[in-house]
Amino acid sequence: MIEATKVEKGEARPYETYLDKKGLMSWLFTLDHKRIGLMYLTISMIFFLVGGLFALIFRTELMFPGKQFLSPYAHNVLFTLHGALLIFMVIIPMIPAGFGNFFLPIMVGAKDVAFPRLNLMSVWLFAIGGILLLLSLLFGPIDTGWTFYTPYSASKGLNVFIVSLAVFILGMSSILTGLNFIVTTHKLRAKGMTWGRLPLFVWALYATSIVQLIATPVLGITLLLLGLENILKIGFFDPRLGGDPVLFQHLFWFYSHPAVYLMILPAFGVVSEVVSIHSRKHIFGYWFIAASSLAIALIGFIVWGHHMFTAGMSPTADILFSFLTFFVAVPTAVKIFNWVATMYKGKIRFTAPMLYIFAFLFIFLVGGLTGLFLASVGTDIHLHDTYFVVAHFHFTMVGAAVFAIFAAFFHWLPKMFGKMYNEKWAKIGWFLNFVGFNLTFIPQFIMGSMGMPRRYWDYPVEFWPYHFVSTIGAFMIATGVLISVGVILHAILKGKKAPDNPWGGMSLEWQTPSPPPTENFLKEPVVTHGPYDFGKKEGH
Amino acid sequence: MEKAVLERETHGGHHPHVDVGVDGMKFGMWLFLITELLLFGGLFTVYAAFHSLYLADFKAAHHYINVNIGFVNTLVLITSSFFMAMAVWATQTDRKRLASIFLGLVVLLGLAFLFVKFTFEWPEKFAHGLHPGGKEFMHFVQEGHVGKALFFSLYFTMTGLHALHVIVGVGILAVMLFFALKGRYSSRNYGPVEVAGLYWHLVDVIWIYLFPLFYLIK
Repeated sequence: MIEATKVEKGEARPYETYLDKKGLMSWLFTLDHKRIGLMYLTISMIFFLVGGLFALIFRTELMFPGKQFLSPYAHNVLFTLHGALLIFMVIIPMIPAGFGNFFLPIMVGAKDVAFPRLNLMSVWLFAIGGILLLLSLLFGPIDTGWTFYTPYSASKGLNVFIVSLAVFILGMSSILTGLNFIVTTHKLRAKGMTWGRLPLFVWALYATSIVQLIATPVLGITLLLLGLENILKIGFFDPRLGGDPVLFQHLFWFYSHPAVYLMILPAFGVVSEVVSIHSRKHIFGYWFIAASSLAIALIGFIVWGHHMFTAGMSPTADILFSFLTFFVAVPTAVKIFNWVATMYKGKIRFTAPMLYIFAFLFIFLVGGLTGLFLASVGTDIHLHDTYFVVAHFHFTMVGAAVFAIFAAFFHWLPKMFGKMYNEKWAKIGWFLNFVGFNLTFIPQFIMGSMGMPRRYWDYPVEFWPYHFVSTIGAFMIATGVLISVGVILHAILKGKKAPDNPWGGMSLEWQTPSPPPTENFLKEPVVTHGPYDFGKKEGH
Repeated sequence: MEKAVLERETHGGHHPHVDVGVDGMKFGMWLFLITELLLFGGLFTVYAAFHSLYLADFKAAHHYINVNIGFVNTLVLITSSFFMAMAVWATQTDRKRLASIFLGLVVLLGLAFLFVKFTFEWPEKFAHGLHPGGKEFMHFVQEGHVGKALFFSLYFTMTGLHALHVIVGVGILAVMLFFALKGRYSSRNYGPVEVAGLYWHLVDVIWIYLFPLFYLIK
């Protein structure tokens, strides 16, 4: 391993860090994967706050029955934008394209990704897609829901066309990132970096990249057809022209269910890193965790029909999809058991990233188990399109993925900027996020099972207490998120200097100085041990 | 064939030089081709679904298609693929003049394909109102032969998306030709020509499937 360079306070760094170059152009045309990762994180973070604000607005509307201040159309627009922005601009790209871009090359011991120019192109496409999504608002904000179900979405016109185009471009960006990661992992590993020594975050990104490559093109063509449907009336999804709206659902979910794993697999990778390092213990079942990522990626492709149990598929298809959905829970459970076993008898440190992981484990367990309710055909008929589903996917996608994003921020912030965050305020933010999250979504499980349909603008008074508590929780999350983002910004701007390896990590990113040099390492790394061998050799 | 070597040295300048070699480039291109297959795969799925739903209409709609034009274009594309393979071979063996000639032929044949499609084939269909929203197209719908209308929607979408790929391919190969004429490619640097060739072959292969589905099956 390389000797990390120790830098005393006030002394100039003896090397050039990736942050040293100044000026807007040095960012916009950079080929450095670390800068590109930061650009992804910045764009995603802005959209995260905007999308969250939209949710806060319509949650306030729903605080009491009847009209408060939003028209039904405005409510529909807001939940559509909330979903579309947060899914396509935040949860899908943030960990792989943001943290992945920054850390994957360092973790495998490379100087950059395999195709740096392609990487720059993908962040540009990402920005263009985001701008197009916002521009579509000028042509009448869409109120189709982020799922764009036909035939309603097939007869809207230019606005749906532009949104489809935007998501198509975002998809291209996602594909190019996945392609880059796979080739990088295969071709650019440092000397001694065997497949068995890859950090589990890399394995998770590898599995994610496979899903990105195979699923995203299908979404691309589906939305292209939806866009053409709106401007040319080609009729594939329009019953009046002989088309089939359910065909759209099949094509859409063939991507969008695997997309759920695009959101969660990188998060799993973060959990594996943080759990092991902050428990000071070798990860339990390395190969099981690595292989279960691949298994989830592959089985995830054949479960999409469980979104369509009420759409009129054949009972045979219903039962098959139901069985396969139960099946995909197995590798997920394997991961949970391995993480818990990793913590068992470990020297756990209650740092902010570790607290987020505890929250993750609790929330993901609830999210995963309620998924099984929805996987059984009979129960699903009752729960389909209710708030139960809303609560379920927020538990898996928000509770798990977003909490992993915060864990990743606090875990890697010292490495990315060489600055330490304020532990106390990070924990206060965590507390508000965790309590607020449960307060928001547990009532939604209850009212969903009582029959409150999702996406409704008004409701009978019997559901009022649940909506009321849920909105209070939403405000708690908003406070927690603002505090957490504040802690991150404060650390970057005014944080205390962080040591090169504050957590005592053994993987390559902790063996290079913070912030990393332009070329990632001062000397070409040679790997002599695994990423979690804490017992055998202590890190610096 | 020359074995690709991974270069890890820094070549100065402000950014570290990353070189994954020809193997890496080919690997990347193959992954990209998988995504292309899935992109078209969605359309083939739509075709299969409507073909089984409206079999009789699909058979009837085939009569509006001009097999001869399709056959000419198939020959044009297959020939271009042959010259593409020759261009890669010529580059690898340092026959630079020959490589430029072959690349030029590929570009010309690609343009010929587009010429045939956009000056003979599509205008003829438009003249008959067979495009979505066209007179004959809407007539199919009013008669209850929605399958015929869907057939033409598919025809325009699938051959249109394919033509878009031909346009992109011709553009890429024109750039290759430009650099080949400047002598940039050789047995030491043939990766770009080879991966562009892979892309061109895929465009060809997709056409090989479109041809029977729209022109031959009756």
